[in-house]
Amino acid sequence: MTKQIKQLDRVIIRFAGDSGDGMQLTGDRFTSQSAAFGNDLATFPNFPAEIRAPQGTLPGVSSFQVHFADHDILTPGDRPDVLVAMNPAALRANVGDLPRGAQIIVDTHDFTKRNLAKAGYTVSPLEDDSLAEFAVHRVDLTGMTVEAVQEFGLSRKDASRAKNMFALGLLSWMYGRPTETTEAFLSKRFAKVPAIRDANITAFRTGWNFGETTEAFAVQYEIKPAPMAPGTYRNITGNLALAYGLVAGGVTSGLPLFLGTYPITPASDILHELSKHKAFGVTTFQAEDEISGIGAAIGASFVGNLGITSTSGPGIALKSESIGLAVMTELPLVVVNVQRGGPSTGLPTKTEQSDLLQALFGRNGEAPVPVIAPSSPGDCFDAALEAVRIAVTYRTPVMLLSDGYLANGSEPWRIPEVADLPAIDPAFATTPNHEVEGGEPDFWPYLRDAETLARPWAVPGTPGLEHRIGGLEKGDGHGNISYDPANHEFMVSTRAAKIAAIADSLPPLEVDDPTAADGDGAKVLVIGWGSTYGPIGAGVRRVRRVGGKVAQVHLRHINPLPKELGEILSRYDKILVPEMNSGQLRMLLRAEFLVDAIGYNQVNGMPIKAADLAEAIGDLVASTERSHP
Amino acid sequence: MSTPAHTDLPMPQDLPMPQSGTAFVPTNDEAQTAKEYTSDQEVRWCPGCGDYAVLKAVQSFLPTLGLRRENIVFVSGIGCSSRFPYYLDTYGMHSIHGRAPAIATGIATAREDLSVFVVTGDGDALSIGGNHLIHALRRNVNMTILLFNNRIYGLTKGQYSPTSETGKVTKSTPMGSVDHPFNPVSLALGAEATFVARTIDSDRKHLTAVLEAAAAHRGTSLVEIYQNCPIFNDGAFDAIKGPDKADAVIPLIHGEPITYGALLEDGRGSKAVVRDNGGVRIAPTLDVDPGDVLVHDAQDPDPSTAFAISRLTDAGYLNQTPIGIFRQVERATYDDQARAQLATARGGVSDADPQARLAALIGGGDTWTVI
Ligand SMILES: Cc1ncc(C[n+]2csc(CCOP(=O)(O)OP(=O)(O)O)c2C)c(N)n1
Ligand code: SF4
Ligand SMILES: [Mg+2]
Repeated sequence: MTKQIKQLDRVIIRFAGDSGDGMQLTGDRFTSQSAAFGNDLATFPNFPAEIRAPQGTLPGVSSFQVHFADHDILTPGDRPDVLVAMNPAALRANVGDLPRGAQIIVDTHDFTKRNLAKAGYTVSPLEDDSLAEFAVHRVDLTGMTVEAVQEFGLSRKDASRAKNMFALGLLSWMYGRPTETTEAFLSKRFAKVPAIRDANITAFRTGWNFGETTEAFAVQYEIKPAPMAPGTYRNITGNLALAYGLVAGGVTSGLPLFLGTYPITPASDILHELSKHKAFGVTTFQAEDEISGIGAAIGASFVGNLGITSTSGPGIALKSESIGLAVMTELPLVVVNVQRGGPSTGLPTKTEQSDLLQALFGRNGEAPVPVIAPSSPGDCFDAALEAVRIAVTYRTPVMLLSDGYLANGSEPWRIPEVADLPAIDPAFATTPNHEVEGGEPDFWPYLRDAETLARPWAVPGTPGLEHRIGGLEKGDGHGNISYDPANHEFMVSTRAAKIAAIADSLPPLEVDDPTAADGDGAKVLVIGWGSTYGPIGAGVRRVRRVGGKVAQVHLRHINPLPKELGEILSRYDKILVPEMNSGQLRMLLRAEFLVDAIGYNQVNGMPIKAADLAEAIGDLVASTERSHP
Repeated sequence: MSTPAHTDLPMPQDLPMPQSGTAFVPTNDEAQTAKEYTSDQEVRWCPGCGDYAVLKAVQSFLPTLGLRRENIVFVSGIGCSSRFPYYLDTYGMHSIHGRAPAIATGIATAREDLSVFVVTGDGDALSIGGNHLIHALRRNVNMTILLFNNRIYGLTKGQYSPTSETGKVTKSTPMGSVDHPFNPVSLALGAEATFVARTIDSDRKHLTAVLEAAAAHRGTSLVEIYQNCPIFNDGAFDAIKGPDKADAVIPLIHGEPITYGALLEDGRGSKAVVRDNGGVRIAPTLDVDPGDVLVHDAQDPDPSTAFAISRLTDAGYLNQTPIGIFRQVERATYDDQARAQLATARGGVSDADPQARLAALIGGGDTWTVI
């Protein structure tokens, strides 16, 4: 039969099912196909902390949302246009997010009395009119899958496992996705078990053919490729980009990397990834706890490696004394915090930005640490490289604040030219830098570089530069233990000045205020940091689309803050600070600049929705334009 | 205050290991002196502190290793004893409480050309740092740990420690401690440490011999040093230093029957260690068949007998304690194996062009090109 073809500029699909239904894999594959097709995209995996919560229940629902478009997009989208629900629980957990008119594809096979009850339905939603405002496609995905793969002699259970590939095939047909990458992927993944491989490929093809032949699906959609800057692209998650950025930092600095770490969601994938790159001279040490992980990294830095430690908030809490040691000993160290919901164990698989103040201030004593944050999955690469640059150049621990949303989310990433990456100079000390009385050469470990205030990095094995460092206060220059009051005051201010001096090395902060050049700039500035870049950007665009004037600034560096920031803030009547916390950057801006920053705060473990934020920005813009015409 | 005195402990033997703990550390052919290893910092322990004797012994011992001084690293935690690195003119880090074994693990793994020592106290190693200690021991990271056991918290002015005897009255336990103490040697053997020894601050010769064996051992060497704190726990080791010490010290020598106490005419001690119901016990030497006296085997792959011997240490006032090398066995080290994996991964990969390899890495996966 001939199908109608409809053009769309963007679509949001959410695959939802039981934790064991393979929804993450399905979403991943659809994403790869869309990337290969050339759409811009953004993804949002959302899964429970339990590996296998009780089957068929609401807590066991796992989902993957992908937003793809023929233009540049910034977020995985707020509300799905299409929901694929593999069981009643998946439907119930997600239906509330759907806009009127959305399409729902359900696997009717799983809508049994028992499963309905597990999801809390007394009447099947497929039989009453509760889904009346949606276009519901009732498809026996499991039944058709089992029938299609019969020839491979799998058990019924194994056969029905391929239903996610049937669903993927159907969706791939609906949106005209190329199928080669997925078939190649399945061949490789299940190479060792031919029956499973063939069943999955067959289910995938059958799903596609079902879409093409059935009358139930009358429309095929077309979303053209998005124009993108020339270059070679790949789809990348934040954790992968961050790990690559660290490897790149090792290459551009010539330093062997040493990761000391302890597994924790959502940071473990950084350990998994780096442990594959031993050929780059990367050592990964899975320690007995977070304190040992950072301790070993500090030891490695002392002897000339670049120490790295990766964790999430609870791990940072354990590492804080050691970070203080790295501040005092002034050794290079990259501390990665992939933030998750807190406090305590909190929400391990959900996202939050609530460790900002911990990063800035969560140590005893005056212990300044540079803090930087990536703004998108791909940006994790650049942020990691920047962390390495600062750590090595200024001999300091650097806090790199990613989060669960960036870590697991993905987007197309333009692969940088390695030759364009800036070199980082470890500038090891090799000769004495001082003379004792009588002219004997000597080495002073705390004699600083005049410009960066960095101390010399002399590593064991270098003759004549033997020295001792430690956590006790250092005497200026010679670095021996000093309890002198004036010296302590001087060292406290010098450590602070060294971190502040990093601001001299930063590019000017960009303000996105399109009408400012015409002398008709915005009165409202929206400022954020980290992973809210996408939702803020999308919210700002929406407001501008309907004629609102609004400026946007996004911070990569939160300590030190860019030098121009104070002046920029002073130009606007209202400053809005959207964050996935209770107002941590807002508190900082108020304290630093005495500005009346307003918060837009959400702490529900989920990314901010662009539409909700746009409404808040729009309201603020309208009221500001009224009161400050 | 007890005066440092030489016991006449028989010297432990340094059993040859296939590869030395300092195998990859560059050597120095010129004779070195203790003075070269002495830093310009004023030593600030209390007068009479056992730490002085250990420092002197180490400053004299290090030159005998014949290593390049710049390739020696001392790492310590926090405590009186942990000030140690400041007094040695090597590379050093005085770190934070309990974490020295973790830091040393990073150092030893990152660089095979360094000789790594850890200096720690009974509180540092066994309270706050207990976790790091046992994991370093089980991993067998190539380092030598000097555990200064004064059975008290010195630096914080005299609270009881995890090695203080039950009932000990201190500032924090006015009615006596109700904590059961650790025996550091038993703990280390339980963690399957490959080198475990005990020695005494005041016995320079024995201490030096143990240090030599410990440094030569490839893997983690744990050396418990009984150290007197004349200020807060004076006399804790008097039983093994005083006139009756022969009755208290059970010397361990690999390959020798274990006897101690007043000498018999045949040169054996009047008390013997014999096997007993899976463990060991003390018996009058003359009451047992000479063939039944336990012959010390530090190289026994099974740590059970060494553990049983370690249990002869009495947990209260030290009326009886084995001294010497309990265990010295070969097992692949964590750091050697970690480095070997790096080498394997690099095998055949040219080091010449990391940029090209980086480009291949980040450009891998499913890619597409926009023109
Ligand atoms: C995190 C932390 N907790 C507590 C202390 C205080 N403190 C310093 S040394 C010490 C105990 C040291 O005892 P031990 O290791 O036996 O060393 P000693 O002084 O006896 O040589 C304590 C509790 C500290 N420095 N850091
Ligand atoms: S308090 Fe005890 S252990 Fe500490 S320096 Fe004084 S004597 Fe030595
Ligand atoms: Mg002590």
